Formats: sequence, structure tokens, C-alpha cells
Amino acid sequence: MKVLVPVKRVIDYNVKVRVKADGSGVDLANVKMSMNPFDEIAVEEAIRLKEAGKAEEVVAVSIGVKQAQETLRTALAMGADRAILVVAADDVHTDIEPLAVAKILAKIVEEEQPGLVLAGKQAIDNDMNATGQMLSALLGWSQGTFASELGVEGDHAVVTREVDGGLQTIKVKMPAIITVDLRLNEPRYASLPNIMKAKKKPLDEKTAADYGVDVTPRLAIVKTAEPEARAAGEIVPDVDTLVAKLKEKGVV
Amino acid sequence: MYDNTRPDRYFTEEHQAFRQSLRAFVEAEIIPNVEAWETAGRLPRDLYRKAGALGVLGVLYPEDLGGSEGDFFMQVVVGEELSRCGAGGVCASLGSHSIGIPPVVKHGSAALRDTFARPVIAGEKIAALAITEPGGGSDVAALRTTAVRDGDSYVVNGEKTFITSGMQADVITVAVRTDPAARGAAGISFLLVEGDTRGLTRTELTKMGWWASDTAHLAFNDCRVPASHLIGVEGEGFKAAMMNFNDERLFLAVQAYSMAQACYDEALAWAQQRRAFGQTLAGHQVIRHKLVDMAARIDAARTLTYDVIWRRMQKLDPLNVHIARTSMAKVTATDAMKFCADEAVQILGGMGFMRGTVSERVYREVKVMTIGGGTDEVMRNLAASQLGI
Repeated sequence: MKVLVPVKRVIDYNVKVRVKADGSGVDLANVKMSMNPFDEIAVEEAIRLKEAGKAEEVVAVSIGVKQAQETLRTALAMGADRAILVVAADDVHTDIEPLAVAKILAKIVEEEQPGLVLAGKQAIDNDMNATGQMLSALLGWSQGTFASELGVEGDHAVVTREVDGGLQTIKVKMPAIITVDLRLNEPRYASLPNIMKAKKKPLDEKTAADYGVDVTPRLAIVKTAEPEARAAGEIVPDVDTLVAKLKEKGVV
Repeated sequence: MYDNTRPDRYFTEEHQAFRQSLRAFVEAEIIPNVEAWETAGRLPRDLYRKAGALGVLGVLYPEDLGGSEGDFFMQVVVGEELSRCGAGGVCASLGSHSIGIPPVVKHGSAALRDTFARPVIAGEKIAALAITEPGGGSDVAALRTTAVRDGDSYVVNGEKTFITSGMQADVITVAVRTDPAARGAAGISFLLVEGDTRGLTRTELTKMGWWASDTAHLAFNDCRVPASHLIGVEGEGFKAAMMNFNDERLFLAVQAYSMAQACYDEALAWAQQRRAFGQTLAGHQVIRHKLVDMAARIDAARTLTYDVIWRRMQKLDPLNVHIARTSMAKVTATDAMKFCADEAVQILGGMGFMRGTVSERVYREVKVMTIGGGTDEVMRNLAASQLGI
């Protein structure tokens, strides 16, 4: 079985994101970019399936700017076998919308015929949480979203999902799309020997046009703004004062 | 301070990818345990295995021994990132292989490399280098430990001291005099001695700093070592020891300015948060200037060290110039560390005197850096002689 893992290049989760002065978006100049953390979990899970003998090949895919090669090299250094980069934007500020991403992925799935697509449940930049579901609809495949446990048994995948009420376990027929949640695994550190090997692994470069997909945005961002700053707190001398203040404000 | 996590003329994408892995490793596996290891006086063997699996121990070594054949800047990444834990003892013991096994890798027989260098690179065995003796340190040509050939073995007698990882080491590269008649640099060889050799007694030494690192006094009493454990050619140990020293010094320079950086980071965070006389400490000119003086010295030491390494990789200078600049880089970096540890403790005030801060620990580690791997005085003398002064 082949596992396809889509990965996205996003602002590193440690970076404090700043909104551009004119409100047209966030500042990306000189900002550290990394693989979306949920995608890292998906890559890790795919590699574990391979190590467990349940998958033969792990293919990572990224759609976006050319610099997403670095993100793919990270996936290769973790243990993916090869990578496909679909260059669909020239400008780092252009975000390809989930439907366009799903359409390109659907074409790649047709070509690659994976048994599983393992994706992050959402990207931490726009938090859309849509691509996996859209891909499932386009392909007519089963989906298991927000996976916190995954087992592959024969032609089925058993997925434990984190839902509002707790955990739900479902069985889906493969091929399937699984989107992964935070608690599925802890991604490994890429070791130096694997980082060196990753340089030699194949990375194919394509364009959105190769797949005949129109990536023109359908949504317009009206304005980007910082969240309102929190008002400064107040330091009280003791617990009694704290309780009195809380009563005064009617919160207890 | 510029961001050293981005690719530039010294560091490629691969260097920075490894830096990212290593930074996460240090934060998750090392920093939370530093205090416990400092108290225990040694590192757990499991740490060596984890570091081995990550490729930390094999950066410069050949792939056939499990290494990665990375360049010197990959080793710089290791030094800089490990030092972020702010405990030189961790760097010293986890890094003792980097002085212990190069003679084996470069000059050892195929059997020695396979039996001893490979498991050290994998983190399964711990390596140490034993040169310094009670009667002399930096003056290697004066060493007195003898190894006398007797049939298929050497019989080793003598003492070595201040040996980093000496208590835990399974593999010890020992500088010995194989020709008792020869004086000075002639007649010195490297011999590989296993930690459990009969007649070897190890005594733990307690120290001012570097507590997480086990340091030992080694006494060799009629230790029989197989003659096949001779590393390289008999009598040619001195030259190997000198090149080994040179590379050790380069990485001590990296460790020294990185420890200075750890002090600076802690002092800066403190100065920006602590308030006195109506403003943050960093708002007071006297503290702002201290911080800039610290940053300037770290930058100068780092820039010099990078340049020495870069010019060596490009083979731009004759050996004497390289050796002189390496010596100067070590002195510049340990000066920066001395200055920054002192100022950081001062900026932290009462807190800087308390156990548990990085600055307090690094303050106690200044001396080992201005002494170990060649004292400041020996460094200056060496630079002077190499420059023909």
C-alpha cells in the first residue's frame, strides 16, 4: 500500500504573528516557516505504518510556493520516500484555497493510487479544516477525521476520532482519507543521517496547470486585524481582597 | 544578535534542518534533566543512545562507521545547540568521544575502528581521551606513562588525571610512551585501553563546575593491553595528539561563546522583566550597556571562530596560520564567556548567586574553559610561536 501525505508550509508555531500595517494580511518577511504541525503528525503516522510493514511507500505532497521544497525535505528527512511539489503560487502571500488544494490532490490521487491519504486535520495558519473533507467528497472515498488512533486491518482502517462528546471509534473501508489530530503520535526528530539521505531522494516539481486546476481565489480577504489587546490586570494584596473584588464584580 | 537558524554562507538547509531537530531534542530530553544529572555527577547511558540515534555523535565520521560525513559547520551546530542547555558538563561528557575517537577513526586499524569507534558513534559505548598526567598537562612531550611491549601485548604503567568521562568510559584512548629511551615528542603512541582492563583503577574527582560530567583519575598498574590496540604507528602519537588538540580547541571555542550566549539570553530576559526604580533593568543605561558589551564579545568570538573554520575548509591558509588563529579563537571565546558569565550574574543580582540559574552554573564553568584543552597561556604561546613572534 502507498500512503500519500499532503503537507503545508506555514508560519512556525513559535512565531508571534504580526498583522501588516495596512491590514492586507500578516507579515511574512523574514518569518520562520515550518511544516504545519498536524501534517508532521500525519507524516510520522505514515512512516510508522511503513515501519510496521503495513505500507510500502510514503509520498509527501505540497502545494504552494517553490520554497515549500524545504517543507518536503523535512518530510523526506523524517522518512518519506519521495515528494511532489506543485507550484501553484509565486507570492508567499497567496494562500491556495482548500477546494483548489483538494482538486489538485484528487488528481494526484488518481495518478498515484494510494491506499490511504493521511492529512493534518487543519493548517495552523488559516485553520480552515476543510481540505481532507473536500478531497473525500471529490473522490467519493470514506473519511475518518480528527484521528487520535489509527489501525489498519486488511482493507479497513479503524479510526478513533476526537469528537465533542469524547472518543468515537469507526471502521472505514479503504482507500480512505484520514485527517489526524494532535494526540495521534509524537513526531520524531529528523536524524542527521536521514537529513543527509533526504538530499538524494526524488522531489518532482509540477505546476497547478499540469493538473488542469484553476487556483484563482474565490474568496476575498476584506481585512486582517490583530485581536484586541487585553487590558492590564490588577494585583491584589491578599485572597480576601480578591474574593471581595470578584463579589463586587458579580462573578462569584 | 542575528538569527543563526537561517541558511547563510556557513550553514546550508541541511545544517539548519539538523539544528531544528537538535534544538527540539535539547529542549525535550536535556534541559528538563540538567539539574538531576548535575546532582548525579554523570549522564545516563540512555542519553548517549538517544544522541547516537539522532546522529549527534557521528557528525564528522565516515558513513561506514555509522557517521554522517558532515562538515565542520555541522559540528558547530552540535556545539551551539547542545550549549543551549547551559550546562558545560553535559556538553563535555556527551562530547568526550569527539576527542576520544578521532585517533581511532583516522589512524586505527579496521578491527579497532569497527570494534570501538562504531559503537561509540551509535551511543552504545562511551569514549574518553587520556593525555594529561599528574606531572604535566599541556606539555604533552613530557608525559611519563609507559607501555612496554611484552609478546602480544603492551604492559601499561602510569597515571592519567582530569579525564572527562573517565569513570564511565568503555573505550579510553591513552597517550603512552612506547619508547622509554626517547625523550620529548618522540616515542609517544596512542593505545586503546578498555574500561574494564585489569589493573586499571578509576577514582572520581569532584570539581568546581561541569558536575554532570564524570571526571576521573586513572591509575594503570601493569595493565596488559593487546598489541593490536596500538592506534596508528608506534612513536607517531605526538603529531596525532597535536591535530586532535587543534580540533578540540575549535569546538571548545564554539562551546565557550555558546555558553556566553546562554548567559546573555538569561540576563536579557531577566533585565527586560525585572523592575527597579520605576523601570525595567534593561531601561537603565548601566545595564543596557552591559548587555551590548556582552553581545559584542559573543559576536566577535563567534565571527572569528566561523572564519577560522571557513578558511580551513577552503584550505586558504598554511597550517601554522590556522593553528595560531585557532588558538586565538579559543582565547577570544573563553574571554567572552568569562566576561558574560560575570556580567550575567551581576545583572541577575541576588538571583545570579542562587543555584538553579544558568548564569550561576556557567560562572563556575569559566575556569575549566580557560584551562582545559590548552590553557590561555599555552594558547598564546602557541599562537606566538606559530606566527614567528
